[in-house]
Amino acid sequence: MPIDKFVKFRSPAVPLPIENVDTDQIIPARFLKAVERKGFGDNLFRDWRYKSGDTPNPDFVLNESRYSGKILVAGKNFGSGSSREHAAWAIYDYGFRVVVSSFFADIFKNNALNNGLLPVQVSPEYLEKLFETIEANPNAEFEVDLESQTFTNLETGETTDYEINAYKKKCLLNGYDDIDFLVTLKDKVARFEESLR
Amino acid sequence: MSSAPKTLFDKIWDAHVVEHVDGGPDVFYIDRHFIHEVTSPVAFGGLERRGLKVFRPEKTVATPDHNVPTEGQELPIQELLSRKQVDTLTANCEKHNIGLYGLNHPFHGIVHVIGPELGITKPGMTIVCGDSHTSTHGAFGSIAFGIGTSEVEMVLASQCILQPKPKKMRINVEGELHKGVTAKDIALYIISKISTSGGTGHFIEYAGSAIRSLSMEGRMTLCNMSIESGARGGMIAPDEVTFEYIKGREFAPKGEEWEKQLAYWKTLKSDDDAVFDLEYTYDAADISPMITYGTNPGMGIGVDGAIPTGEDMGKSDRFTFNKSLEYMGFHPGDKMLGKQVDYVFIGSCTNGRIEDFRTFTDFVKGKKKADNITAWLVPGSHQVEAQIRKEGLVEILEEAGFELRQPGCSACLAMNEDKIPAGKYAVSTSNRNFEGRQGPGARTMLASPIMAAAAAVTGRVTDPREFL
Ligand code: SF4
Repeated sequence: MPIDKFVKFRSPAVPLPIENVDTDQIIPARFLKAVERKGFGDNLFRDWRYKSGDTPNPDFVLNESRYSGKILVAGKNFGSGSSREHAAWAIYDYGFRVVVSSFFADIFKNNALNNGLLPVQVSPEYLEKLFETIEANPNAEFEVDLESQTFTNLETGETTDYEINAYKKKCLLNGYDDIDFLVTLKDKVARFEESLR
Repeated sequence: MSSAPKTLFDKIWDAHVVEHVDGGPDVFYIDRHFIHEVTSPVAFGGLERRGLKVFRPEKTVATPDHNVPTEGQELPIQELLSRKQVDTLTANCEKHNIGLYGLNHPFHGIVHVIGPELGITKPGMTIVCGDSHTSTHGAFGSIAFGIGTSEVEMVLASQCILQPKPKKMRINVEGELHKGVTAKDIALYIISKISTSGGTGHFIEYAGSAIRSLSMEGRMTLCNMSIESGARGGMIAPDEVTFEYIKGREFAPKGEEWEKQLAYWKTLKSDDDAVFDLEYTYDAADISPMITYGTNPGMGIGVDGAIPTGEDMGKSDRFTFNKSLEYMGFHPGDKMLGKQVDYVFIGSCTNGRIEDFRTFTDFVKGKKKADNITAWLVPGSHQVEAQIRKEGLVEILEEAGFELRQPGCSACLAMNEDKIPAGKYAVSTSNRNFEGRQGPGARTMLASPIMAAAAAVTGRVTDPREFL
């Protein structure tokens, strides 16, 4: 599926200061039974967001009205565990466009990038400060600029840069996806297969 | 011709790069693609929207395993959404000419169990599947790793994916394992040392005398758990044990082709002076039977040990640690021995192979299942189930109060009916103890089949060495 172009934006952020958030927490297995890619946002963080039954857990950040925005700020090693791409779909479908953490699991990072969700990896110290900023002022805004690969805490003025593979950056900025590119290589792949024999 | 020394991983990776994208990933060729009902439908949907065909249907193999019931597989699946996923897989395979081992096929089973047992998995191959435990196949000296659904679509469309080459790590385990210590314990021990993110960005090669001494089943268990350290995958150089295992299997090469491939497989090892980005060495004698006490696979200790106190942890680590113990209903400093157990699960692509059932059966033979235990014994495949019956293990198990279910992923991820109830404790031979992994509120302790057997007959966490 072609992805949305990534455009520079400003937004407040939602804090999730938990480490090792695995994809089973992001979207539990029992919600993976769809055969289409839609509506996963409803079950994002399902078992943290709701108490048994369907009563929202008032203590979970997504249910706290003071937090909002398109940026999720999470503890280190975000997205570990299962390869389910549904995790990236759920986060995107809920309305997030960026996840900030001090460390991401590999498969999650790939899945996020393949869906136009930008993982921004910052230093542990910068992350700690982000949590402090949001705690002090839930309306604090942040700016995400992919072109310049920068993330700015507008409250403190502190800017940090982040890594992204040059190819992936181009895809995100232009809304390209890998399959369009790969199918142009079919002849090359066929020749490669010949050489394997 | 002389060239720079290469690792086993380099040799296979470099031989599969179709093209290098400038400033980007490699166009990486896939020899074998496994698919299942949960992570493939959206990929097929994507293909259709683009009007594309599957590029190399003969290189993809399908089986429904994740959500299938483990009782009454002869009947239509009761749960409607699960049935729809399984039916969708069947329809997609028919439409695109993909080989499918459906629910009642004698070759049906968990995707990472059937690949090796059918001789589809071979040394030197590149293998992917939309499931993170694809790393299992690395036991044969192949590069195997889990991918997301977008990447499943890439493979279907072009037989390639775009991947940056990971870094290389070697983990050596030297010496002899103690009695009662298995491949699962090695895996849990390593993850407890390097943490669940210690392998991130890397591909692991396992080496050393303790690894060489493992059976193929044990090697698969170890490679299977690689992902739990954050690594993309794990692999072991093929040797006589590997060749012996493959020989004669359904899709193994035969005759002249066997000789030809064997000669190639024998070249598959890291050069003596190959350099790894990271290397760890452990002493096999330091490893005890392991059990986890928390909610990630890195939270493991020797069964006779105590849960850490957490006193020396930083603020954010401590928060996560406490949250985890609270979920488990445990306290810092608790001893694991004697902890309550309600459920025992034997199965999954980690420990659902014939050797695991032999080990379990051997342990419970002549003993009785404890009354407080509900035991789910779920073979990894129909072939494993058939072998269990053929070897007469079922009778021994029944005598001891255990019954066998039908193959599937089952309580490993609790997508079907096999859910551990909220608040209950399970000793599980699967791979993940995440919150809610085995059912909402379920509390999982990961361990080997021997530990699970000890818990099943005593009704609590027990050191299996007491019985050996
Ligand atoms: S048994 Fe568990 S880990 Fe293995 S393939 Fe099935 S769900 Fe994945």
